[in-house]
Amino acid sequence: MSAATDERIQTRSRLRSAMIRPELGAVCGAILVFVFFFAIARDSGMFNLQGTMNWTVVSAQFAIIAVGACLLMIAGEFDLSVGSMIGFSGIVIAILSVQWGWPVWAAILAAFAVAIAIGALNGFLVIRTGLPSFIVTLAFLYILRGLTIWLSILTTRQTIIGGVAPLAEGDWLAWLFGGKLFGGLFVWMAENDWIATYTRGARTGQPIVDGIPMVIMWALALIVFAHILLTRTRFGNWIYASGGDAQAARYVGVPVNRVKILMFMFTAFCATVFATCQVMEFGSAAADRGLLKEFEAIICVVIGGALLTGGYGTIVGAALGALIFGVVQQGLFFAQAESSLFRVFLGTILILAVIFNTYIRRMITGER
Amino acid sequence: MSLPIETVPLIEMKDIAKHFGPVIALNGVSFDVRSGECHCLLGDNGAGKSTFIKTMAGVHKPTRGEMKVSGEPVVFANPRDAMAAGIATVYQDLAMIPLMSVTRNFWMGREPVRRVGPFKFIDFKEANRVTMEKMRQMGISLREPEQAVGTLSGGERQTVAIARAVHFGAKVLILDEPTSALGVRQTANVLSTIDKVRKSGIGVVFITHNVRHALAVGDRFTVLNRGKTLGTAARGQIKAEELQDLMAGGQEMAELEGSLGGTV
Repeated sequence: MSAATDERIQTRSRLRSAMIRPELGAVCGAILVFVFFFAIARDSGMFNLQGTMNWTVVSAQFAIIAVGACLLMIAGEFDLSVGSMIGFSGIVIAILSVQWGWPVWAAILAAFAVAIAIGALNGFLVIRTGLPSFIVTLAFLYILRGLTIWLSILTTRQTIIGGVAPLAEGDWLAWLFGGKLFGGLFVWMAENDWIATYTRGARTGQPIVDGIPMVIMWALALIVFAHILLTRTRFGNWIYASGGDAQAARYVGVPVNRVKILMFMFTAFCATVFATCQVMEFGSAAADRGLLKEFEAIICVVIGGALLTGGYGTIVGAALGALIFGVVQQGLFFAQAESSLFRVFLGTILILAVIFNTYIRRMITGER
Repeated sequence: MSLPIETVPLIEMKDIAKHFGPVIALNGVSFDVRSGECHCLLGDNGAGKSTFIKTMAGVHKPTRGEMKVSGEPVVFANPRDAMAAGIATVYQDLAMIPLMSVTRNFWMGREPVRRVGPFKFIDFKEANRVTMEKMRQMGISLREPEQAVGTLSGGERQTVAIARAVHFGAKVLILDEPTSALGVRQTANVLSTIDKVRKSGIGVVFITHNVRHALAVGDRFTVLNRGKTLGTAARGQIKAEELQDLMAGGQEMAELEGSLGGTV
């Protein structure tokens, strides 16, 4: 058998090999969604600067939690406590800063430390007990949500804690989550009449969109970081291996337990980034924040072509899943459709994407 | 007076016993492998083959007995110790991760890295080149090193796993039933791979319950039955029927064969 030519290996065109990728379903989905909304909501302002900024921010929020969920899912585990973690981290920041008088940066750092420790506990319990992460994190979904409401009522007798905004003013770390970038650029564009400005009220002449919110920068940074980690580094290979077949990975010396626990911690980190951005945006924390976010994150990841049982998926796919999610949610609002239709639409996309992704995955991996 | 290097076995197991609570899985098994030979370990299901190779690979600690690597007594605390001593095991089902590419599987756990400033990235150029080269040496032509292992046949997967073990410096290669789930052609490929590996000076431990596969490549044959060795024979000293009888425990097998009217 000659090495150079084997008659049983079909030659494949470059186009085909470029097309058949795990993200293909998400790419097609994103194109379809944009075409659809361009057709029905073009005149609603969805695609002007303000409208674009609106759905980009929502997509960025989804992307932040989807990145964490994606790495964890590829490592072969779930985290259903993401939504509760968002509520919990937010309340921790508000209680520490507003009630206890800590500087906002210290409150944010403390929230990150607590959240990451809980993530580590999640991972430790999953590894030690050998129970499915579905069960362990489902327990934390309830534990954290309960603690959040209890702590909030215990300290303030209500479930919403406001008053973070004035404290965050001028705080360096708070700016990193609630600030805006390139303000000068937008003012300059407004002065040149390239972008819309306020025509009435106190802010007349100022641009309506006055900068790129930090939540978008966080989403981009996390996407780039996770993508490089997963595709280019040894640790990334270990993430795939841990989810693909933990026992086979252990046989060749991959530290599977460490990889999985670190991914639970990273998911908690992402949830806290989401929570902090939200607290800084609203100037308040509420005990019911982040409801259902764990499922929305998983939906983004699955639309993006990841395999629910681990070992397969890409960050680019998850990011596109988040984009689809954000555009659909805000697009139906722009199209003035009944808002309850959002879920119908989303469920349909989910089913279609997963059927399509399964077909593509079988082509790539030779599963039968 | 020390023995010449060639005659010192790469690994020697003497009178190994392993008890799991009240169950005696192994009861005095002796076995050794020399450089450049293929030593077949035959036995029916439940004979203790798996327990024995897992002891050799550091997964189990023997209850009794002595292990020597290149003449030096050793105790393996875990599989990593065994791997460090040059003993590599290719397990039947757990060799490869089908969802991952051939290159990612080949280097799993030992990825080559390239420094860029403070960061370390996998050197995919080098990794792909070496993978393709090693596969070619084993007679497998890949379409591309990025193709998923799932697209390979069972025999090719075994070969990738063997090539990986050899590349990472295995002195003793333990193959756990590498041919049991394969077709005729695939089996022939794996057996020829075993032959190549042996010729490069590695000691191969080939576990099987198929006498014909064993006779095709084996230099020596050891039969396990009910946790005991029934002796070791060299190539040419023993016939297929005798091996078959030893594996099944003689008498019963002869009766079965009679009723089936031929060799099983």
